This record gives sequence, C-alpha cells and structure tokens, in this order.
Amino acid sequence: MAQHQVNYASTAGLPVALTTVDHLVNWGRSNSLWPLTYGLACCAIEMMASGASRYDFDRMGTIFRASPRQSDVMILAGTLSKKHSEFARRLYDQMTEPKWVISMGSCANTGGMFNTYATVQGVDRIIPVDIYLPGCAPRPETLQYALMMLQKKIRRESANMKNNKKQDLRLI
Amino acid sequence: MRKYTPKDNVQGKAYYTDRYHVVPSVPTFDVATDEVFSKHLAAIEAVVEVKSAKIMLGQMIVEINHEDNFKAIETLKNECDYAILSEMSAVDYLAKDGNFEVFYQLHNLKDVKRMRLVMRIEQGLAVESVVPLYKSANFAEREMFDMFGIVSNNHPFMKRILMPDDWEGYPLLKTYPLHGDEFASWYEVDKIFGKDAREAIGPEIRDQAQIDRYDTKRFSRVGYEVPFGADISEGETETPIEYSKTLLVDYTKKSGKQLDKRK
Repeated sequence: MAQHQVNYASTAGLPVALTTVDHLVNWGRSNSLWPLTYGLACCAIEMMASGASRYDFDRMGTIFRASPRQSDVMILAGTLSKKHSEFARRLYDQMTEPKWVISMGSCANTGGMFNTYATVQGVDRIIPVDIYLPGCAPRPETLQYALMMLQKKIRRESANMKNNKKQDLRLI
Repeated sequence: MRKYTPKDNVQGKAYYTDRYHVVPSVPTFDVATDEVFSKHLAAIEAVVEVKSAKIMLGQMIVEINHEDNFKAIETLKNECDYAILSEMSAVDYLAKDGNFEVFYQLHNLKDVKRMRLVMRIEQGLAVESVVPLYKSANFAEREMFDMFGIVSNNHPFMKRILMPDDWEGYPLLKTYPLHGDEFASWYEVDKIFGKDAREAIGPEIRDQAQIDRYDTKRFSRVGYEVPFGADISEGETETPIEYSKTLLVDYTKKSGKQLDKRK
C-alpha cells in the first residue's frame, strides 16, 4: 500500500491530495463494483470460481450481492432463453443507476451454439451491454480481465452519468 | 447459412442417400414366442381391441385404438404388474400418415419386462389422461401438449411446461422451423418493449459468422479502432495498442521491500 501514502514533501508539508470530482467518484465506483448473483448456465460455474478464493474477486472490491437493488454490475453468465428474457430485463430495471452490464460467454453475446427458436440471439437485444466477453465458457482469468476493462471504462467516464454518451467515450 | 426449405414433406425424401447403404432392420418376433408377454397380451385383448402386437428388441409393442388407452393401461397396471410408466410422448407422422403416434413405455419390475403401448391419433383430437394411474404422466402429458398440441382430457393442470404460457405454435412439430416462426423471432422484443420497438432493435442475426467490415457500431479491428459509429469507407488509421499504466504492476521497478532472504 506504499504507493497510496501521502507524500508530505510534494504538498508543502500539508496532508492534502488534489484531484477532480470525476476522478474521486470514479475511483470509488470502479473499486467497489458489486455484481448481481445471477447465473444462467454453465458460465455461472466459471463466475462462481472467479468469486471463490483461488481467483478472489474480493481483492478488486467485487462482492456478489444477492439483490439487484444493491448491485452495480449485471453479469449475464450463460444462455438466455426467450422465456427468461422478461425476468432478466426486470432484474436489470430493478438495479439502481449507475449500472453496467457484462455479457459473459458466446451464448449471451450472440446466442452461441443455440441457434434455435427458444434462445435470445444476443442479450443486447433486450439489455444494453458494456463489455462482451468471448469464450465458451470463459475462464475466470478472462472474467477478471473483463472486469478490469470495465473498471478502466468507468474511470474514463464522467461522474455525472447524464454526460456519458456512447459516441463520446474513448475506446477501451 | 443453409437455405431454409419447407419442412412439410421432409419425411417424404431422404436427406442423404448412399447407394450401398443397407437400412438396418430389427428382427420381429411373434408374441406367442414369449410366455409372459402372451399372458399380458391376452389380458389386454380381453378388455380392448388390439390392432397389432409384436416383439422387437425384447419388448412387446401393442397397437390399440386411441379411445381405449385408459382402459388398456389400467389393465396393464392392475393385472399385469406394469408398475412404472417410464416415458410417454408423441411422434409426428403428420406428413407421412396424417396423424400422431402417442406411445406409453411401461416397465414391469416383477417379471422384468418392458412393453410399449402405441396408438395413432389425428391432429385436433384429445387423449384420455392416465394421471390417475401414473403420477409420472402429469409432466409428460403437459410436455406432449406443449410440444405437439395434443390435449389430455381430465388432466389436473393442462398447461404448457417448457415454453412460456403465451407462446404460439408447437415446436416439436416437423412443420415448425428450427429458427422459429415470426412470433418466436420477435417474442422477447414484443413482450418487453412492445411491437413498436421492432424497427429500432432489428431482426435476429442468425448467421453467427457474419462480419460487416464497415459497420463500426458492431465491429472493430484490433489496432485499427475508431470511435463508435465512425465512417471508415475511406479507410481508417492505425491506432497503437494501448496498455494500461495503472492496472498492471511493473515488477522490474524496485519499489517496495524485497523479500529475497528467508528469515
């Protein structure tokens, strides 16, 4: 933690750190991303592994919450069937702003191998997605990387969500 | 993507023909060759009309009229000790014969015998439910209704089991397209956003290999990223791949305490 210590020499002996409101708010948001405990299919197993001790999501401030009202991130982990799409959208609507979505795995991204009548062909048909994570199923490292990419995206956004238009954002 | 062809007469012609291929056949035996099965068949014949009976792969297959299913199964359960209904469903022979085949796979634990009761039924007709005899028929009959549209009379809860309640069409029919009909392809959009949103969301992309080189809203090239929705018909400039300076720790820099010696 040495890098976060206040260097008294550089601030004329004052315990002061200068920053912007955007930076401060986004520092808080990006380092306490609470995903919804929401598994749809086999990707959920990898998501659980990511949360467990070996890969340890907690060290990034990512703690799975059991309620959409306490969550910031929705990880759509698995095949979304058409019957379930209504409930997935309802959970997304129940999350408070600001909120982000990670589409995890081929099935959530495009429907994957389930090119059939009963599967939603990409969750972005019903929910706006921030990060598309390829793989079948993606390994926990990949989910960690997706989460780090999401943190990076959040740090570049404006703290006021109204100012964040998709075309204005820099590419990740 | 393979071109869609109407599946109405898909059973009329073979999908693949091999001139040296010999269709495998299973030997059929007379029911009289098996003592136990003969006894069971006699018990059914006493109560209902049997259209045909044979033994294939060690199992008796009995065909009856569809009106007699409850009476026949009641006899098989109570008099012939068929205690378990392993499975029941239907087969779509609409294109070939103009009807469904409903089958009941039964298991006798006492004599260690399995038999199948089959019956043909026209589309639109209902069968009598066997839930009073076998509890396992409850979900099986609901699934048969869900997938084929065959209703079971006197079923305690005749409702779709796999598909949503407001679903239209019966997916296991041979005439039902695998990618879904008009209703299926817009189901989630219509239900969540309403029909007005169809235009904004667009149809489903069923070709998973589809890449549009100039669609910068959906696709990007690594090392040639451009802003969202930019016009790249004139070509795009190369963007060097950017690595994070804050997330990755530079271990070559000796910043902290070095633990290179054991205590």
